[in-house]
Amino acid sequence: MATAERMVPFAARLSGRGGLWSWITTVDHKRIGILYGTTALFFLLVGGLEALLIRLQLAVPDNGLIGPELYNQLFTMHGTTMVFLVGMPIAVAFFNYVVPLQIGARDVAFPRLNALSYWIFLFGALFMNVSFLFGAAPNAGWFGYAPLTSEQYSPGLNIDFWVLGLQILGIASILGGVNFIATIINLRAPGMRLMRMPLFTWMAFVTSFIIITALPVLAVALFFLTFDRFWGTNFFVPTAGGDPMLWQHLFWIFGHPEVYILILPAFGIISDVLPSFTRKPLFGYSIMVYSGILIGFIGWGVWAHHMFATGLGPIADAFFAAATMIIAIPTGVKIFNWLATMWGGSLRFNTALLFCIALIAMFTIGGISGVHHASPPANLQQTDTYYVVAHFHYVLVGGLIMGIFAGFYYWFPKVTGRLLDERLGKWHFWLTVIGANLTFFPMHFAGLLGMPRRIFTYSSELNLGSLNMVISIGGFTMAVGTLIFIWNIVRSLRRGEVAGHNPWNAHTLEWATASPPPEYNFGTIPVVESREPMWDRPDEMVAQAQRVPERPVHMPSPSYWPIFTAFGVLLTFALFLTETWWTPLLGLAWTAVGVIRWAFEPVEH
Amino acid sequence: MNHAATHPTATGLDTWKLGFWTFIGSESLFFGSLISTYMVYKGASRVGPFPADILNIPLTSISTFVLLMSSFAMVLALAGVQNGSRKQALIWLMATALLGMTFLGFQAYEFTEFYHEGLTLSTNLFGSTFFVLTGFHGAHVTVGVIWLLVLWVMALRGRLGRADALKVEIAGLYWHFVDVVWIVIFTLVYLIQ
Amino acid sequence: MLPRTERVRASLAAVPPFLMTFLLAACSGDHPQTTFRPVTEFGAEINDLFAGIFWWTMLVLVVVESILLFVILRYRRRADQSPPKQTHGNTVAEILWTLGPALIVAFIAVPTMRMVFFTYREPAPDALVVDAIGHQWWWEFRYPQYDVVTANQFVLPVGREVHIRLSSADVLHNFWIPRIGGKRYNYPMPVDAEGPHAKQNALTFTISEPGVYPGQCAEFCGTSHAIMRKRLIAVSPEEFEAWVQRMRGGVPAAAMPAPAGAAELSPAGGAQAAAADPGAAAQVDAGSLEEQGRQIFLRSTCVACHTIAGTPARGAVGPNLTGFGSRWAVGAGARPNTLENVVAWITNPQQLKPGALMPGTQTPAPNGFPPTGLSPDEVRAVAAYLLSQK
Repeated sequence: MATAERMVPFAARLSGRGGLWSWITTVDHKRIGILYGTTALFFLLVGGLEALLIRLQLAVPDNGLIGPELYNQLFTMHGTTMVFLVGMPIAVAFFNYVVPLQIGARDVAFPRLNALSYWIFLFGALFMNVSFLFGAAPNAGWFGYAPLTSEQYSPGLNIDFWVLGLQILGIASILGGVNFIATIINLRAPGMRLMRMPLFTWMAFVTSFIIITALPVLAVALFFLTFDRFWGTNFFVPTAGGDPMLWQHLFWIFGHPEVYILILPAFGIISDVLPSFTRKPLFGYSIMVYSGILIGFIGWGVWAHHMFATGLGPIADAFFAAATMIIAIPTGVKIFNWLATMWGGSLRFNTALLFCIALIAMFTIGGISGVHHASPPANLQQTDTYYVVAHFHYVLVGGLIMGIFAGFYYWFPKVTGRLLDERLGKWHFWLTVIGANLTFFPMHFAGLLGMPRRIFTYSSELNLGSLNMVISIGGFTMAVGTLIFIWNIVRSLRRGEVAGHNPWNAHTLEWATASPPPEYNFGTIPVVESREPMWDRPDEMVAQAQRVPERPVHMPSPSYWPIFTAFGVLLTFALFLTETWWTPLLGLAWTAVGVIRWAFEPVEH
Repeated sequence: MNHAATHPTATGLDTWKLGFWTFIGSESLFFGSLISTYMVYKGASRVGPFPADILNIPLTSISTFVLLMSSFAMVLALAGVQNGSRKQALIWLMATALLGMTFLGFQAYEFTEFYHEGLTLSTNLFGSTFFVLTGFHGAHVTVGVIWLLVLWVMALRGRLGRADALKVEIAGLYWHFVDVVWIVIFTLVYLIQ
Repeated sequence: MLPRTERVRASLAAVPPFLMTFLLAACSGDHPQTTFRPVTEFGAEINDLFAGIFWWTMLVLVVVESILLFVILRYRRRADQSPPKQTHGNTVAEILWTLGPALIVAFIAVPTMRMVFFTYREPAPDALVVDAIGHQWWWEFRYPQYDVVTANQFVLPVGREVHIRLSSADVLHNFWIPRIGGKRYNYPMPVDAEGPHAKQNALTFTISEPGVYPGQCAEFCGTSHAIMRKRLIAVSPEEFEAWVQRMRGGVPAAAMPAPAGAAELSPAGGAQAAAADPGAAAQVDAGSLEEQGRQIFLRSTCVACHTIAGTPARGAVGPNLTGFGSRWAVGAGARPNTLENVVAWITNPQQLKPGALMPGTQTPAPNGFPPTGLSPDEVRAVAAYLLSQK
């Protein structure tokens, strides 16, 4: 403990290191992680605001508050934002910050590429949302089924923003995926064998594989739609023989693995958090790893369960139903192993653990309704109704968001050196959990009682007014919880209790180094001999990690070529909006200049 | 080029090569989706021209052969850099790039020819799938040619020594990958109609 | 710290009453689009299958949540506690909780597979065939065996198998009447499309109870997707025959099957049929408001898009208005079918239903079709005429 425990206030560190320019040119995985996390939190508020407007409109039947034009933009952007601008980047934020620390690396494999991913993501996110200023936000739902998205049925700019924005975001994700695979395979500390890696790193690894394989399929589908809209191709034009089903297949071949891209990081987070607050190692480590890999694999063979109502025929229905039900088994194993981790433990009810418990409780409900519509005949009644809306919100809010909140409370002290406030945390937790259940539980009933999804209004004859009122109240309860969370962050940044390097007595390597870690992460790279290095040999690990290096550690230099190049990528797709065939080439040329200059940028060794 | 590459890695694999192989895995899914779409829409065009009316197999066989030869030249270029032979590197890098450009020339000729015979992106599903698939492949070849020319300029300035063999090796990986994709396209689009 | 456990218990104790209130609120009252009270064997089979699956999964839910609750209450950390026993796993336990869910999945999968084939079964040869065609944002129903076309509200007989073929005139739609049973997509393919990507879905069922069963489009299809509603009236076979006759402008259903060209009545012939048959659709007194409305309707651009059987109006773009007066709503559910609402609709449809592809009296349709130019008095007359079409 006598080593350089840095206790400089976080805010001072930010300004002390060169301010804005240093953030624009940073290639430090920790700073990029903070950028990702902050951006994602901002969009969580944007997507949440969209949800609140939706709930205002639906609170009473036959409501005229928000017309369908705006409503359709709101639900489309709510879905798109929560999936692509919150769920994915917030997971990537944790990958960025935590994975290199967990495996004992000084940075990711390709630090400048990492910065490029972030800037492309940010530009894509801004591009997508700029559409609101044109009054033309995307409005065909987050999976934009053909042929509604065609030029004929959606002539405005709305779908242009959507298809081009998603393309930009997809590129950022693929580059990030490549980076993390290389990082996790190659940059592990001595002794950090694959089967000693923390579960979070494992899930980041599996997720990255899903990202690099699923996103290209989406890219192709988006290119088809782009060319249909701008250059008159016929991919999804029924009158020319094009098949709207092709869009659905391509989209869901991406879209279902995407669900696991969103949920596996949360599984990883709670698998690392639970041992810290139960003082027991993760139960069945190997099974947890293998079930994660298995989910990733089977996740590729279940896409058509999103399409049972499209009439695929009995054979296809039966196959995809079986595959979907089988995937419930490794998922169930994970839940039981978490329970077994807590069983016989010594539970410390910090906010982080509370969110883990909420995840287990709520994800189970989401998993169960998932099994309900894995049965194609039952699915025929449930699909496209609020029952499905209830299901995926239990999975994504009950699973992903609870896991993310657990991760925030858990790693915030590592990132900032200060603990989040526990009292505010409890408020945040209870409002979120009560609000989420009040919002999403009644949706099950709304769906089975006949409420389709994506309707801007419903008839009072359906007798669903009181249910919807409850749902809306729940939504606003959650919003209050989220605001408390933001306040907690702002407040704790300055006034939070100083954490020290391992406030939770956690078992993984990131807790060996200082909080926040120095730019080079570890004074000397620790030598790992077990799965729980910080439980087995804490003093040795801390001594190695926090040793003050005798000579300065060489770290990659800052670079502005990533943001320059990212701007070229934005330009390439944004210039499609000019409807002139050659203008995107200008963006490509800009990108090429960036890439070539980047390649020849001198790197200090 | 990269900080991590200067340190020994956990697996002993080079990080750049590993990263690039991963990227190629991603690219495979990209081309896989394009090719699958072509196959799914085979025979679904409502109006002509149809593939049998218009595809010129002898001509494309020549361009395919040219691209195959470029892969061979690429191997020699890499050998040149690895042996420290600047002359060999210069000759074969340029040869690879020229063969790649020849392939692109064939493709430009083919596209123009098809255009005059009435096949455009919007004519029918064959036009849409064919031009988008081969167009994306052509774009990849173009990127490869630019990459090779950059390497050639580096070699010319004497900045491509034996220590930089990895840069050429990765360019080679890309080039061979694009070549292999073409073999698949040539087989499925041209040979099996 | 002692009271905290108590507080947890207290808040947990509040959960069941809350749930009960909730369930009562949810299940009381009449829900016309409920999936729980199916009126066909198709819907009943789905409901039974879901019930079976539901209880199996409830078993899982209860087990998981009970263990979780037990763990939370039992293993709270106490101040003086030494580290717990460090267990890394237990093979037997892990095999058990892999096999348990696997077994339950099997119990769910087997009846599912049986039902999957049932949902695709072939109709009986004498089944009543109805083509349900989705349009932005209304429904067209064609009865090819009876040469009847209607829109948004349709009539089916109880006790006879019905085969609904689904298609779409524009984008994807999704045909759903919850009390009939499951939904399937309407594809933008002609009914007789052929080729590798031709696709047409269907639903086959027999209704067992007369009644009124509402439904609506379930796949997002653009601006007014929410107001793409429909209503099924299930009646006795005799009432169905009578309805068919009314809808055919008085020609009895027994005269079927009609040759394909039978619908191509000359305008004069249609008018004669209307005048000659007291049961005809266009049953209006000369000189009345309704008769004025009829003449205005027939001489205005209304007829470019709308058909009324037994009159020269035979537009095929908009909803068929035969029997419009008996429908529950105007604009596929936009407003109740009253004179005031129909007047408002004809005057400015987008006011009641944003995006509606019909021109107003002074405003063009979103697709550019010019305004009808009708005066307020003319509109009132046309509305009265339409409402007289029972």
